[in-house]
Amino acid sequence: MSAGAAYRMTGPAAVSGDPRRFFDLAYTLAVTDFKLRFFGSVLGYFWTLIRPLMLFGVLYFVFSQIVPLGADVRHFPVILLSGVVLYTYFAEATSAAVRSVVDREQLVRKIHFPRMVIPLSVTLTASFNLVLNLVVVFFFMAMAGVEVRWTWLELPALIVLLFLFATGLSMLLSALFVRFRDVRPIWDVVSQALFYASPVIYPIEQVAQRNETLAQVAMCNPLAAIIQQFRYALIDPGAQSAGEAIGGWPMLLVPGAILVGVFVLGFTVFDRMAPRIADDL
Amino acid sequence: MLHPRRRRTFDRLRALDDVSFEVAEGEAFGIVGRNGSGKSTLLKCLAGIYRADAGEIWLRGRVAPFIELGVGFNPDLTARDNVLINGIMLGLTPAAARARYDAVIEFAELEDFVDLKLKNYSSGMQVRLAFAVMVQVEADLLLIDEVLAVGDAAFQQKCHETLTRMRSEGRTVLLITHDMDAIERFCDRAMLLDRGRLAAIGAPGDVADRYTRLNFADGMPPGVESGRAGDGSAAFVDAWFEDEAGERVGILEQGRPASFHAVVEVRKPLGDPVFTLRLDDGRGVGVFETSSAHLGQRTGSFTTGERLQVAVRFEALLAPGRYLATPSLSHSESAGTPIDVRRNYTSMVIQGAAMGSGLVGLPHDLELRRAGSEAPLAGAGE
Repeated sequence: MSAGAAYRMTGPAAVSGDPRRFFDLAYTLAVTDFKLRFFGSVLGYFWTLIRPLMLFGVLYFVFSQIVPLGADVRHFPVILLSGVVLYTYFAEATSAAVRSVVDREQLVRKIHFPRMVIPLSVTLTASFNLVLNLVVVFFFMAMAGVEVRWTWLELPALIVLLFLFATGLSMLLSALFVRFRDVRPIWDVVSQALFYASPVIYPIEQVAQRNETLAQVAMCNPLAAIIQQFRYALIDPGAQSAGEAIGGWPMLLVPGAILVGVFVLGFTVFDRMAPRIADDL
Repeated sequence: MLHPRRRRTFDRLRALDDVSFEVAEGEAFGIVGRNGSGKSTLLKCLAGIYRADAGEIWLRGRVAPFIELGVGFNPDLTARDNVLINGIMLGLTPAAARARYDAVIEFAELEDFVDLKLKNYSSGMQVRLAFAVMVQVEADLLLIDEVLAVGDAAFQQKCHETLTRMRSEGRTVLLITHDMDAIERFCDRAMLLDRGRLAAIGAPGDVADRYTRLNFADGMPPGVESGRAGDGSAAFVDAWFEDEAGERVGILEQGRPASFHAVVEVRKPLGDPVFTLRLDDGRGVGVFETSSAHLGQRTGSFTTGERLQVAVRFEALLAPGRYLATPSLSHSESAGTPIDVRRNYTSMVIQGAAMGSGLVGLPHDLELRRAGSEAPLAGAGE
C-alpha cells in the first residue's frame, strides 16, 4: 500500500493538519453539544430561550417600574432584550470555554487532533443559541414597531466581531485553566462586571450626561461597543452609535485593538500550551 | 497556585530513553513490556497525543490510534450519532462517516438497536460498536493498545480475524499486548521495553522469551497465594520447583526433567495423609493433577513435630507460560477432610521454543507424504 511521503510527527498542536478536518471536528463537536442540550430535558430548547427571557423580564420590571432608567428611552424593552441576548451569548461562550479542555480530557488524551477545535466548538455551540435567540429579538422588534432599515446589514459584522471576541477569550481561558484552576472564579467575577460595564440596563447617554469621559472609557470595552452599535443600527437610529458614544469614529480603533489583541493573545497562549495540554491535564 | 513564587519541585522521569526502531510498511510489529515500561507513552507519541521532548518520529500514511475503544462515545446519544461522531473524531470526513455507517452497524450486528441511546446498551454491545467503527476507518498505520483484551471469546475471535485481514491488506500494525501468544501468532517482529529502554528487538519468539524471563527474573515468582483451607493438623511450610540439576528455580525449560518439592510440618499425629498437587494455567484450567491416593501409596503415620518431605518429579511438557501450583494434604479417612490446602502457593514459568498454541508440548513427530510414495515431503519432530 503506498501511503505518500514520509512526514515527521511533531506531536499535538493548536492548529494542524487539514483545515477541512479542523472545521469538521469543531462543527461536529458543537452540533453534538447543542443536540445534547436540546434533547436532554423535556422542554429542551425552551430552557435555553427562557433564561435570557427571564433575566430580561426581571430587569425590565426593575428598570421600568422601580428605577426608571429607561423611561425616556425609545424602544427600551427591545434594547434591553437585545443587550441581554448579546451579553448572554458572551457569558455563556466564555464560561463554558473555561472548563472545556479539561472536560474533554478523554479526547485530548486518546486522540490526535488540533486542540484549538475544543474552545472553538464551545463558541460555535453558543453561536447556534445566539442565532435562535436573535429570532426572538427580531420578533419583539416587529411587535414594538421597529422599522426595517439598511443599517440592519451591519448585523452579520457585529456578530462576527462578538464571535471573535468570545473565541479569543475562550482560547485564553481554556488554556490557562489547564494549569491554573483559579481562572474560573476570577472569570466569573470579571464576566459579571462586564455586564454592568456594558450599556445593557442603562443607556450610555445617561452616563455621558454625568461624566463624558467615563462613558467614553466604558465604550472601549468591545462588548459595550458592539451592544451599543447593535442598538443604533438595528433598533433606534436616534440613539448614539458606538462611534458617537466613544467620541468620534477614529476612537473606535481602541475597542477594535483590544478585540484583536485579546484574540491574538488567546491564540498565542493556546498555541504555546497546546503541545503540553495532554501532559498537564 | 497559591504561591506564585514558590519553586516548583518535581522528579524527572524519563518515560522513554534511547528507543530507536523502524517498522517496514505492511509489517505487524509487537511492543511488549511490563507495566510502566513506556509502551503506552511510546504509542501516544507515535499517535501525536504526547510530544516527544527529544528525538524524531517519522511516519508515512494515515495513522489511526486505538488507545481505547469508543473514545468520545456519549451515553446520551443514539448509536447512529455516536458512530458518525466517533468516525469523524478518528479522521473520516462527515460524508465518509455517513457512507460507512451501514457497514459499521452491520459489522457490529446491531441493526435492531440503532436508535437506542448508548447508555441503554450492554457493555459488550458498546465494545462491538466501537470496534466496528475502528475497523471502518481506513488507515495505513494502526496503533493498537490492548484494546483487544476486552469482550467475550467470540468477539476476540472476530478481532483477531479482522486484524489478520487488515494485515493481509498491507496495513502496518503496531500492537501493544501482554499476550505473548498473540505476539507470536500475529507479529512479524517485536520489541521489548524495560523501564523506558529498548531491551530487545527481533523475532517475536525471542522477544516473548525475553519478556517472560524479565517478568520472573527476580528469583522466585512473586507470592500468588489466593486461599488457604484445612484443619491445621499439619502445614505446608515451603514449596518450590527445581530444574534437572536440582537448583531451586522459577523458570523451567520445556521438555526437560523438573520437580516440585514441598515441606510439611506435622502438628498433630497423622495417619496416612493424602498429598495432592495440582497445576493450573492461571486461568483456572487445571493442566495436571497427581495424588498419593491415585498412585495407591500409603504414606504412614507421623507424630507431632515431624517433618514430611514431598517430591514430584515430572517432565516439563507443558506449553510455555506461567503455572500455579496448589499443594494439598488431606485425611485419607473421614471423606478426605483437608488438613492444609494452599491455593496457588507457588508458581513457575515454562519457557522454550514455541510450538504454536496449545496446553501441552507433546513429544511428537510430523510427516507429510504424497499418497503412493514412500519418500516423506517434510518431516519434523523430536
